[in-house]
Amino acid sequence: MAARKTTEKSNSSKDDLLHYYREMLLIRRFEEKAGQLYGMGLIGGFCHLYIGQEAVVVGLEAAAEEGDKRITSYRDHGHMLACGMDPKGVMAELTGREGGYSRGKGGSMHMFSKEKHFYGGHGIVGAQVPLGAGLAFADKYLDNKRVTFAYFGDGAANQGQVYEAYNMAELWNLPVIFVIENNQYAMGTSMKRSTKSTSLFGRGLAYGIQGEAVDGMDVQAVRAAGEKAIAVCRAGEGPYILEMMTYRYRGHSMSDPAKYRTREEVQKMRDEKDAIEHVRELLLGGGHATDDDLKEIDKEIKLRVNEAAEFAKDSPEPGLAELWTDIYA
Amino acid sequence: MAIEILMPALSPTMEEGTLAKWLVKEGDVVKSGQILAEIETDKATMEFEAVDEGIVGKLLIAEGTAGVKVNTPIAVLVEEGESADAAPAAKVPAAAPVAAAPAPVAVAAAPVAVVSKASADWPEGTPMKTMTVREALREAMSEEMRSTPEVFIMGEEVGEYQGAYKISQGMLDEFGEKRVIDTPITEHGFTGIAVGAAFGGLRPIVEYMTFNFAMQAIDQIINSAAKTLYMSGGQMGCPIVFRGANGAAARVGAQHSQDYAAWYAMVPGLKVVMPYSAADAKGLLKQAIRDNNPVIFLENEILYGRSFEVPDLPDFTIPFGKARIWREGSDVTIVSFGIGMQYALEAADILAKDGISAEVIDLRTLRPIDYDTVLASVMKTNRCVTVEEGWPVGAIGNHLSAEIMMKAFDYLDAPVINCTGKDVPMPYAANLEKLALVTTAEVVEAVKSVCYR
Ligand SMILES: Cc1ncc(C[n+]2csc(CCOP(=O)(O)OP(=O)(O)O)c2C)c(N)n1
Ligand SMILES: [Mg+2]
Repeated sequence: MAARKTTEKSNSSKDDLLHYYREMLLIRRFEEKAGQLYGMGLIGGFCHLYIGQEAVVVGLEAAAEEGDKRITSYRDHGHMLACGMDPKGVMAELTGREGGYSRGKGGSMHMFSKEKHFYGGHGIVGAQVPLGAGLAFADKYLDNKRVTFAYFGDGAANQGQVYEAYNMAELWNLPVIFVIENNQYAMGTSMKRSTKSTSLFGRGLAYGIQGEAVDGMDVQAVRAAGEKAIAVCRAGEGPYILEMMTYRYRGHSMSDPAKYRTREEVQKMRDEKDAIEHVRELLLGGGHATDDDLKEIDKEIKLRVNEAAEFAKDSPEPGLAELWTDIYA
Repeated sequence: MAIEILMPALSPTMEEGTLAKWLVKEGDVVKSGQILAEIETDKATMEFEAVDEGIVGKLLIAEGTAGVKVNTPIAVLVEEGESADAAPAAKVPAAAPVAAAPAPVAVAAAPVAVVSKASADWPEGTPMKTMTVREALREAMSEEMRSTPEVFIMGEEVGEYQGAYKISQGMLDEFGEKRVIDTPITEHGFTGIAVGAAFGGLRPIVEYMTFNFAMQAIDQIINSAAKTLYMSGGQMGCPIVFRGANGAAARVGAQHSQDYAAWYAMVPGLKVVMPYSAADAKGLLKQAIRDNNPVIFLENEILYGRSFEVPDLPDFTIPFGKARIWREGSDVTIVSFGIGMQYALEAADILAKDGISAEVIDLRTLRPIDYDTVLASVMKTNRCVTVEEGWPVGAIGNHLSAEIMMKAFDYLDAPVINCTGKDVPMPYAANLEKLALVTTAEVVEAVKSVCYR
């Protein structure tokens, strides 16, 4: 793919572009910081970074309305930040502290916020897909015109329960948008080594579900597709599948040696498709912002992330009695 | 010949029913398939059809009678010109066959001498080499794959990635894609395919990235792999090994930190292995691959990198159902398996300094379990503590305690204590995770408690 030209026109407003820029940058800086804290031993276990995929959640959240729900896998930090959860609470959960969204009991892969309608954070590949359809089932039952975004990966797309969920979601016209974040790899397994049915949204057609592939590195395209899918669902004609073509720059988790792809492949994506760089060019090229304006935003974001990290370090470990709480309602 | 019509069982659980209504009367000619009566079962009202043809000679049970036991004669069918009295005298329905070969029910009998099965696993003087558990597992699989063409391994990232935990490192190079098979993330599907392949004559090794993900596939493991030999009257066995990391790793949270030992150990038809040392990992995995039954082989991520002495023998296996006595002692028996052995052995060291001599037994296999070695030890020490990482309800230790109580009650000087993981999902926070796991200190404390010290 050729490098984008800075002269590309955008149909987004200045405010929208600045919003995308801020939100995506927040995720990227947050994730970089999380990587650092992991290296320092402050975060343990599995930690899956979202770097590279920021446009997907930021674009879709821009299309969503208050009350819409979202659910995803263990690669969940970006989703939480994009739906308005506090970076401090997310980071403190990563460090396993009392100030975390699950009071330290869930960790990177298992975080939730009922207030922000974020239903996790799930560690079992594919499990969140029927769960997402179930959230939509509840919305339809309650007739509240909400939609649910059920995010999952290209690897998860091979799990059988995804197709069981597809079948029922279409059968019952559930207002759920299945968002496949196709970053081309499931751990070390590339798409072409795991399936010959490589159009993932196309698989939904067999169940009668409408869908499309979207350039997931282009936040404007993501938002537009999201708006269309949401309209379908709110009209009672869901579900809908969005296959977001995206890419993760980092390893699968912090412990992935990433020998299954070349450094050049990653670099090429960063150079030519980076979603943040894209919006930056639109802002500058469209005369919406100056370099200094953007530097100011960068500073502001850095400060927020540092504050989150400080909070996450200073927040105490959960009290020992917490071991025995929350097992039963 | 007159034919007796018996009260039918019309549901799997029906023992008696109400003869609600006769739809034929004495003297009627009936054809097979004709509805004779309406019968109310415990679940529904059912129509009861005639199987045989003939003339209704006599209705033995009046319409409306409740509580008619299954197999009670309710009518007699006769042939043209035959009298209903020609029917054989109503006899008491044959009782359900009382367990002809009763399952070996443990009876609280006078304690009998039990002989420990534990014995050396290799001849004295065998040369040894140092090896990690990871290398031992890899050697076991590679050796069996070299000698047996039907053996292959499949799972997520076992090939090109060289194994998520590097157990299968190098195996794709040696054995090729036909026998080292990368699967998509589809546990239920590939487990079913592997079980089918075993029915079809192959000997699969299925690697789960961790056993947490085998829960996606547990139906195939239990309903298909474990039960088919029995259901087919012994025709169709399933020689397969399901292996992978089990139990808590470190800080990976509730969905990735669970010990399935007791879950699988409950299932007849499965064999269950949970090694601690590298020698056991190797000898038992080779045995598992040769076994003609489905074997659950529970490894542990934390143990993968630990080194142990392994016998340097060209072909070395360890039979199932034989515990290993790691340390002889006279005051208390500590029984464990898998990573629990680490706490058991550490505790024994600490206790020795306090003058308490602990005998430490590694069960190694949980199905079959070597009861004899445990009982013989308890009869000697008169005290027992069990150690495992899994949850406390329905734990292996619970089962052993019951067995000890039944077989060696009179030998016990104190109740058996089960040291287990706490009764909570695994928390992520470092301080809580530590609390959730069983610890050496808890084992020491339990031993002191059974020793009244
Ligand atoms: C049922 C199950 N099997 C295996 C795993 C181990 N695992 C975690 S993430 C992953 C890869 C998933 O890839 P994909 O769905 O493409 O999502 P991505 O990581 O690329 O976001 C695997 C195999 C798991 N967590 N759950
Ligand atoms: Mg992926």
